[in-house]
Amino acid sequence: MSDLIKEIEKEYHEAVSKFPDFKAGDTVNVHVRIKEGNKERIQQYQGAVIQKRGSGNSVTFTVRKVSSGIAVERIFPLISPAIDKIEVVRKGSVRRAKLYYLRGRKGKSARIKEKI
Amino acid sequence: MSGIIGKKIGMTSIYGVDGRNVACTVIEAGPCVVTQVKKEETDGYSAIQLGYDERKEKNTPKALQGHFKNAQTTPKKKLVEFREYEGYDTFVDKYSLGQTVTIGDVFEEGDFVDVAGSSKGKGFQGVVKRHGFGGVGQATHGQHNRQRAPGSIGGASYPARVFPGMRMAGRTGGDRVKNTNLRVLKVIPEKNLLLVSGSIPGAKNSFVIIEK
Repeated sequence: MSDLIKEIEKEYHEAVSKFPDFKAGDTVNVHVRIKEGNKERIQQYQGAVIQKRGSGNSVTFTVRKVSSGIAVERIFPLISPAIDKIEVVRKGSVRRAKLYYLRGRKGKSARIKEKI
Repeated sequence: MSGIIGKKIGMTSIYGVDGRNVACTVIEAGPCVVTQVKKEETDGYSAIQLGYDERKEKNTPKALQGHFKNAQTTPKKKLVEFREYEGYDTFVDKYSLGQTVTIGDVFEEGDFVDVAGSSKGKGFQGVVKRHGFGGVGQATHGQHNRQRAPGSIGGASYPARVFPGMRMAGRTGGDRVKNTNLRVLKVIPEKNLLLVSGSIPGAKNSFVIIEK
């Protein structure tokens, strides 16, 4: 990528650098800003990161959570101004960068080992 | 229309004020030098000619070397004329011969600009890519190897000829293309950078003309 493009993207990356480092397998709690009319509130979304992709300004990550028996996957752009905060709740130990295999599993087999 | 000459750097995406993600193109534009000022009285119309990008003197024809000497500047690679049209803003009076034009002088955030350049060459292409023909759309039911063929190009006994301008396969791309009404998202005068929304014609590092 051109250095000039990196220069432009730098300011967005500075805003992101306050987020902790996380990767696929980790459980994260994402604080999302939600606008309702003129009011703004923060909603928390907690789940396992099943992938992180892209480079530069286009980095996105997918968080999967099972909520009352129904699995939900949400894709967040890392530089999105809607993300207020990201907390790493649990570090996972996995052998793959993309955990698509979790989609076909539930219960005991869908667990991720904790990294010690 | 007033404008400036630049180089396409590449694309990225940024978040706008409304929190939306906008795809945008980065252009390195200017600094340009005014190499000629054309006036109604002397040339029949008013315009300015801008020069952009350094060029070696040994690679410059003698006639052009004289032209650049008149403007007291070094030889430039690209020369473009920006003409003043009736009914539009007048700008020629603001420029003088040899003056340096930077991006901050011409554009500001929120402006709508037109960007012109040569599109990427695609080589010899069929009608599906070149003119957007539909093709056959079915690969089975006895279809042979003519899925992307143009079909009939006219009647046999009448008119017994092919009409001029019939759309057929051929060299595609490499044309001058202008993308209009692109919003200026950001101007960074210290680095001569300009961010416009959407895509612009051409390959990276190709010359583009930005007009207001």
